[in-house]
Amino acid sequence: MRIGVLAVQGDFAEHIAILRKLNVECLEVRLPEQLDDVNGLIIPGGESTTLSRLMSIYNLREPVQAMARDGKAVWGTCAGMIMLASEITEADPVPLQLMDIGVRRNAFGRQIDSFEQDLDIDGLDTNGLEPEPFHAIFIRAPVVMRVGDKVKTLAALADGQSVAVRQGNLLATAFHPELTSDTRLHQYFLNLAAVPAGPSGQGG
Amino acid sequence: MVDVLTGTYTVKAGHAQMLKGGVIMDVVNAEQAKIAQEAGAVAVMALERVPADIRADGGVARMTDPSIIQNIMDTVSIPVMAKCRIGHFVEAQVLEAIGIDYIDESEVLTPADEVHHVWKHDFQVPFVCGCRDLGEALRRISEGAAMIRTKGEAGTGDVVEAVRHMRAVQDAIRKLKNMPEDELVVEARNLAVSLELLTQTREQGRLPVVNFAAGGVATPADAALMMQLGADGVFVGSGIFKSGDPAQRGYAIVQAVTHYNDPKILADVSKDLGEPMVGISARSIPQDELLAPRSI
Repeated sequence: MRIGVLAVQGDFAEHIAILRKLNVECLEVRLPEQLDDVNGLIIPGGESTTLSRLMSIYNLREPVQAMARDGKAVWGTCAGMIMLASEITEADPVPLQLMDIGVRRNAFGRQIDSFEQDLDIDGLDTNGLEPEPFHAIFIRAPVVMRVGDKVKTLAALADGQSVAVRQGNLLATAFHPELTSDTRLHQYFLNLAAVPAGPSGQGG
Repeated sequence: MVDVLTGTYTVKAGHAQMLKGGVIMDVVNAEQAKIAQEAGAVAVMALERVPADIRADGGVARMTDPSIIQNIMDTVSIPVMAKCRIGHFVEAQVLEAIGIDYIDESEVLTPADEVHHVWKHDFQVPFVCGCRDLGEALRRISEGAAMIRTKGEAGTGDVVEAVRHMRAVQDAIRKLKNMPEDELVVEARNLAVSLELLTQTREQGRLPVVNFAAGGVATPADAALMMQLGADGVFVGSGIFKSGDPAQRGYAIVQAVTHYNDPKILADVSKDLGEPMVGISARSIPQDELLAPRSI
């Protein structure tokens, strides 16, 4: 198993550190040909306008869309979630339109409104024990405004806004598991990557 | 009811993590801010004058008029930073009140306090501070800085001081990693930092927060040089909007920071950029006009 982490900008090193902790081979992806040999891709946190620009310049959009269509797992955290959306509330950046979700950028306000809180997430491995909350860090975070029919909400805030969603082998979180020492969501993603969905990414 | 915590050190330092591998550009108005965002900047630094002009004009350099900053905040969706004078905690309060995303407590402005820095733990908004060596970096972190940048010599377009400061930090960390444990107490005393913070740095093998390069970066090659020396990202001050074609140069520097290890791409993006900023050699500046030694 080999996981690519989009490394054009953002906190890709933190994702790689967690994957290494889970003994997974990783690859920093900056150019399209680096996507050829990976079983899944993580689009990290960062600045979504910058990620979008750099993905366009170096022709990364089409290959990422193709790998998701082929059923490989793709996970976006924060800016990565914005990139996976079908539509966002602003004209810029241009998302990859892979998941049937509508996303609002900077949904909670500016940096002083960034926050951390415990979150209950569906589907995490509990090792047969009581489920424990996940400590979620939201930084100038987006939120899912529209959840499509084939999309499952894995976690929501107290007011009902979705902040973790899954559609087949595609996963998006508004917060940053890579900034914690909790490996459960990375493990969840690796389980998706291990079993490719059928073409169009609607399996699982 | 779930506890929702804002303004924690985790969300402050976490924001800097999101800026990594990116370029933060100095801008003086909304139009420049738009050009910077379009070029792929991860954030902009809102200023009244870029450092090269502050240097040329002389006099006292203060916090920028909040209406200029606000105008920039209203124009772009990327984070907006602004500078306060060293030790001027009321300028910092003003910047926090208008909702700025990050404060740079900066030696580029005229210091308001020659002894104390702002006690940054008191703020919800995160701070970035300059350093010339590991001791300065860790002292700023203990005061609450959530991000560090090497100082370089702002407004010169001469990268030599940025290189000196980045090498000084990296060299001190390498030395620290190989230091026997029984020498750490003396090292902490020499650097005027806590043993706890020094030990944490030793264990992580790097600064405990994100460290950008700043002060003199003018070309894509300069930016990639700082990245190869270990910077997490780059501030470009006067280098972009004092050049012949800011949009093109900004765009090229953004690509150079992503592909800093790929000389072929660096060659491509370095072509046809027009005139760089004229610049002044840092060595030709009289000692008492240097900005970097303004705080220790």
